[in-house]
Amino acid sequence: MIPSAFEYERATSVDDAIAKLAATGGTGKLIAGGHSLVPLMKLRLNEPTTLIDIARISALVGIRERDGLIEIGAGTVHHDVATSALLGAQCPVVSDTAATIGDPQVRNRGTIGGSLAHADPAADYPAMLLAVDAQIHLQGAGGPRVVAAEDFFQDLFTVDLGPDEIITAVRFAPVRAAAYAKLYQRASRFAIVGVAAALEVTDGAISAARVGLTGALSSAVRLSGVETALVGQPATAATVATAATGAGAALSDVSADLHASEAYRRAMVSVFTKRALEGALARLSA
Amino acid sequence: MAQVTLTVNGKQRTAEVEPRMLLVHFLREQLMLTGTHVGCDTSQCGACTVLVDGRSAKACTLFAVQADGSEVTTIEGLADGDALHPLQDGFWEEHGLQCGYCTPGMIMSAVNLLNDNPAPSEAEIRHGLDGNFCRCTGYQHIVNAVQHAAGTASKE
Repeated sequence: MIPSAFEYERATSVDDAIAKLAATGGTGKLIAGGHSLVPLMKLRLNEPTTLIDIARISALVGIRERDGLIEIGAGTVHHDVATSALLGAQCPVVSDTAATIGDPQVRNRGTIGGSLAHADPAADYPAMLLAVDAQIHLQGAGGPRVVAAEDFFQDLFTVDLGPDEIITAVRFAPVRAAAYAKLYQRASRFAIVGVAAALEVTDGAISAARVGLTGALSSAVRLSGVETALVGQPATAATVATAATGAGAALSDVSADLHASEAYRRAMVSVFTKRALEGALARLSA
Repeated sequence: MAQVTLTVNGKQRTAEVEPRMLLVHFLREQLMLTGTHVGCDTSQCGACTVLVDGRSAKACTLFAVQADGSEVTTIEGLADGDALHPLQDGFWEEHGLQCGYCTPGMIMSAVNLLNDNPAPSEAEIRHGLDGNFCRCTGYQHIVNAVQHAAGTASKE
């Protein structure tokens, strides 16, 4: 499968990328790993006139601590997120989630920024970023902008990102008691259902809970009903089992496709919500 | 057209390519390195796996221009003269193939795996080959081949 013809340019900095993107008048696309974009271009579902390669902008790559937060550059590949010692020690749900994406070859090329910009409804990162309450840092001709993950994912393949904006990084406060649980589509390794859960516990009681869901709806969402059922309750297996029970039934517009019917997805949302919460609880004592 | 210069199997190669030319087509049709196969052409089967700057990549999901300046290793670059690479030897000794179509990609993925983890468990081998499909063997002989190469077969 051969994509439509396009011009190719390599950007040398974030500002250069923004300028080159603006010069295409909305017909160009940024490419980093290209593992969402190239397959779409081969199917001619996307036919950019110009590709602006941002993969070698070193400022976009890396995982670091900054002001008590962890920052992942948008151009960081999944493999580097999955194997980060910093994330493994301080916020293992992030590296765990990256390790579930695709396969080794995909993780060697695909980037976190590319995954977020593409916003596949079955992508793994969005659920996790909702659970860790991440902020997504953007830059455009008008300057930088910060969007909470909760506001960023809007609909199917639709995010709060302007045509002349670039994702530069994600930042979040590290959370130890968090976990991701995923029902794999066995060929593509996309999530049929993926749930990320993060808990804060004070004196044995859950003081805050964030639960992100991917794969079941047109975009990733927080399961606010589950979160409400958890807060104030003792941090026990019984609590999370009760809170997860109705998670699937409470959703509207659940997806159905050849991999999973609507009823099956609803059932699996409850199962994997429970597993993610159990994983978060296990990390409390670890 | 765009000019690209890649180091392929240790040899510098410069060519004029259309930006839309995929790396796998560049390798097969311009450099005549036909050991890298096109299987599904949809980023799933891994038959086109090569190493780009030492990491495994699906050459059907990468434009040649993206690899400009990179070092690429294909299946043709593994053997040292007549001496097979340990993974090629493992696939030979353990009969890790039937039709052979997936084999170059399997081996290149296994190179990536053993670079990261020189002594993988059976489960780690299976996980490390997640991105490669074989429709003949049921994978057992492929796993044996990788164990042979890693020198872990004797521990079974």
